[in-house]
Amino acid sequence: MFAVNFFLLAAVLFCIGVYGVIARRNAVLVLMSVELILNSVNLNLLGFSLINGNIDGHVFALYIIAVAAAEVGVGLAMVMLVYRNRRSIALDDLSEMKG
Amino acid sequence: MLGATGWFLDNAWLIPIIPGVAFALIILIGKRLPMQGSELGVASMAASLVLSVGAAYQWIQRVDDAGGHSEAGTLGLIAGFGRSLTAAQEEGAAYVQPVIRSWTWWESGGASFGYGQHIDGLAVMMLFLVAFISLLVQIYSLEYVRGDRRYTHFFAAITLFSAGMLVMVLGENMIQVILGWEIMGLCSFLLIGHWWEDEANSTAALKAFLTVRVGDIGLLVGTSVLFFGANDWTQENLGTSGFTIQGLSAWALSGEASETVLLWGAVALFIACIGKSGQFPLHTWLPDAMAGPTPVSSLLHSSTMVVAGVFLVARLYPVFWEAFSIPDVSVNFIVVIAGITIVISALLAFVQDDIKKVLAYSTVSQLGYMMLGLGAGAWLPAVFHIFTHAFFKCCLFLCAGSVSHSGSHHSFDMKRDMGGLAKKMPITAGAWIVATLALAGVFPLSGFFSKDEIIDNVGHNGYEVFMYIALFGAFLTAGYMTRATYLTFFGEPRGAAAHASALEAAGAASGRAGASPQNDASGHVPSPGGAADPALEEGRASAGQVGVSPLEDRAVGGLSSEEDDPADPALHGELATAGLAHADHGDAEHHGPHESPKLILIPVCILAFFALTAGFTNAVAFGEDWEQFKEYVEPIAEASDLEAAGAAPRASDLEAAGAASVRSGSSILNDASSHSVSSPAPVQEEGGEEEHASGCGYTAPEEGGICFFPAVSHAEFEWSKAALSLIVVGIGLVGSWFVCVALYSKRSRSLVGLTQRLAPARWGYNFLWNKYYLDHLYEQRIIRSIAHPIARGANWVNQNVIDGVVNGLGIGGRKTGGWVYRNIDQRVVDGAVNASGAAAGGTGHALQPVQSGKVNQYGALLFGAAAVFAIVLVIVNV
Repeated sequence: MFAVNFFLLAAVLFCIGVYGVIARRNAVLVLMSVELILNSVNLNLLGFSLINGNIDGHVFALYIIAVAAAEVGVGLAMVMLVYRNRRSIALDDLSEMKG
Repeated sequence: MLGATGWFLDNAWLIPIIPGVAFALIILIGKRLPMQGSELGVASMAASLVLSVGAAYQWIQRVDDAGGHSEAGTLGLIAGFGRSLTAAQEEGAAYVQPVIRSWTWWESGGASFGYGQHIDGLAVMMLFLVAFISLLVQIYSLEYVRGDRRYTHFFAAITLFSAGMLVMVLGENMIQVILGWEIMGLCSFLLIGHWWEDEANSTAALKAFLTVRVGDIGLLVGTSVLFFGANDWTQENLGTSGFTIQGLSAWALSGEASETVLLWGAVALFIACIGKSGQFPLHTWLPDAMAGPTPVSSLLHSSTMVVAGVFLVARLYPVFWEAFSIPDVSVNFIVVIAGITIVISALLAFVQDDIKKVLAYSTVSQLGYMMLGLGAGAWLPAVFHIFTHAFFKCCLFLCAGSVSHSGSHHSFDMKRDMGGLAKKMPITAGAWIVATLALAGVFPLSGFFSKDEIIDNVGHNGYEVFMYIALFGAFLTAGYMTRATYLTFFGEPRGAAAHASALEAAGAASGRAGASPQNDASGHVPSPGGAADPALEEGRASAGQVGVSPLEDRAVGGLSSEEDDPADPALHGELATAGLAHADHGDAEHHGPHESPKLILIPVCILAFFALTAGFTNAVAFGEDWEQFKEYVEPIAEASDLEAAGAAPRASDLEAAGAASVRSGSSILNDASSHSVSSPAPVQEEGGEEEHASGCGYTAPEEGGICFFPAVSHAEFEWSKAALSLIVVGIGLVGSWFVCVALYSKRSRSLVGLTQRLAPARWGYNFLWNKYYLDHLYEQRIIRSIAHPIARGANWVNQNVIDGVVNGLGIGGRKTGGWVYRNIDQRVVDGAVNASGAAAGGTGHALQPVQSGKVNQYGALLFGAAAVFAIVLVIVNV
């Protein structure tokens, strides 16, 4: 069943995304990794939609794409502000929340 | 059977409510009213009087209806005399049910305590009397206490005082009687001590209150004893508690009452009456009560307070009748006390210089007459004497007040500040003389008809000894009243009364100013061997020298500006200086004797009119047609049908109706169960004819009948007997007059100073002057021997036991507190709090590294945790 391929791809993308979120220090790269995770979820939805034979998954995927666009907009704006204030977007330096 | 009732009879309970509400209003808003609250008092008494007259009118109608002859209504008790009555007394006359209404106040242990009204002839008469006298006294007070510092409070207290008496008069049961009785006790304390700034006044108030309280113990004891004796019987037969007047009366006459319970109950109640009505051993508070303002004395001594004791005996007469076997014996507790009281107080009145104290002892003596009448079975004359005595005694007191108000510069001392006032105050003097003759019992005046009837009936009922004592008392009464009249209104003016003539002769005044105050200072010491009649000496001194200077005169006047005790030399010294100090008291002509203003004279004249005519309401001398009191006030001593007596008057009362039905149910049960056993339960004779057991009070009523009043006997009026008492009174009046003229005006050598020269006379005088040493006995002996050890013991207990307990408790408490602080508070509580804080802090520090602030690490933790949960989920599900 070729739908399994969707899930394998999605899993690979998810793991890459998680790695990027944890390992990268550049805020833009972290955002991109988050996008990878989101899209892996989209792939999952499409895969299950194929298996079940209805279009609910497609609808959700489209919806998530729209929301993700907004989320990336907000995230990039924050990164821009951080850069303007600190001249750096290295996440290691952003540790004011340290307990 | 039942006579007509009417709105006034049904709603007689409003009569005491009105002055009660007025009292509250005067206290609350009186000071803001234009007349400072006095208008409320006067208006409330006027309203009560209207209701009382209405009730009296309807009561007369009710009696007429019940008596079977339907004559048109009369004009009230007073105006009703002179009306010719058909003699409907003998046949067809039955006991007229009193108008009784009651409401349950509270219940406890199966006994219900109600309040309500018990309206019969006696109550109606007293209601009218109290409301009438109170109204006149309040009108009089408008002038008399004008400008007083506690004007509003005076009216509040005097209104409540009347309300208390009205509550008691209306009382349906003993609890209500006690309530009214105690209200009066409290108000008498407030009013006697009205000018409490003088210590003598507040002491007199305390003495009055405490002396009466001694007797009040008897009231509580007697009520309780009678309640426990009577309750079962009354519940069974009448469906009422053993507190009700009607229940107690019927129980006492039923023949089933225990002799012992009756005797002790009656003795205890009579002790209360001794205290309240100033009978022999406890009469000492009455003369001291003169410390109050004169209107108070007047009200206290005429229709309220002191009459309360007499009223209580009259009210519960069947109890006393049975307890003391009044018809069968020739001497009992009541008549002995009353006989002693009549004579000793009349003798005391001879040595008083204070005009109000003469009247006070006269009241004590007259109360003795009332008690004597009651004790000897002469119920009607005694009650009638309450009625007539109220008018003339009130009139006398108001005249005395008028004299001091306008004639003698607020002094009440007859020997120093009065004399010859008849010319200056003709109306007051006229009223006084009318009232005096009424009190003495001269023929056409009211006192004759009541007092002579008492004396006559006492003899008729087998108490001959006491009849002669009463005759002797009448002689003394005539004597001391003549002496007081002479000293006040005739002879030479003295002291303040001589002020005007002193002013006229002021130009010729010589230098006697210095001598007299010294005379005053040493004047009134009653030393056994010293000047025997010092006041007399002083009176002669100032009377002999008309030309006293105005300054000294004012000093003498100011000396008694408050009603102080003239026997107290220390007080006199104090006041003498005070009197000299306010020598610039006012205009000279204001202080001269003159007639009193109208507000004082009108009540005095009304009372004098009644003193003159009230006797005709029961003028036995003119035949039966004149005996209004006998017909309307005295209950008819006929046995009533039990059912009509028990159930009918209380038909309006819900729970009484319930009790009645329960009773009839039980009797049905009795009838059904056994015909042979004669059950003690009352047999209900349905429609049975009335049993006219004429022997009420002599024999137990027959089965099914019930008595509410004993059949008192009435003496036939005979002019020969009346002539005897009139002769005695005449001798008293004339003899006393000549002695007074000889002693006070002509200064006969054989009489002046007699008490100084002759040893027996001196002893007698000192004995009387010191009031039989009764005060000395009470204060020095009894109180010292009882109260002082108690006080010492109480002090010891206080110092050692109570303080020890308190101190021990304190020390123990302090030690316990210290231990608790050290161990519980510091260790347990604080330890727990600190430990929890430390635990929280440690946990926080331990977890601190996790919060690195780095997003990556947070993400790693998040995903790690998610992974772990995912693995767990997978494992669990597989």
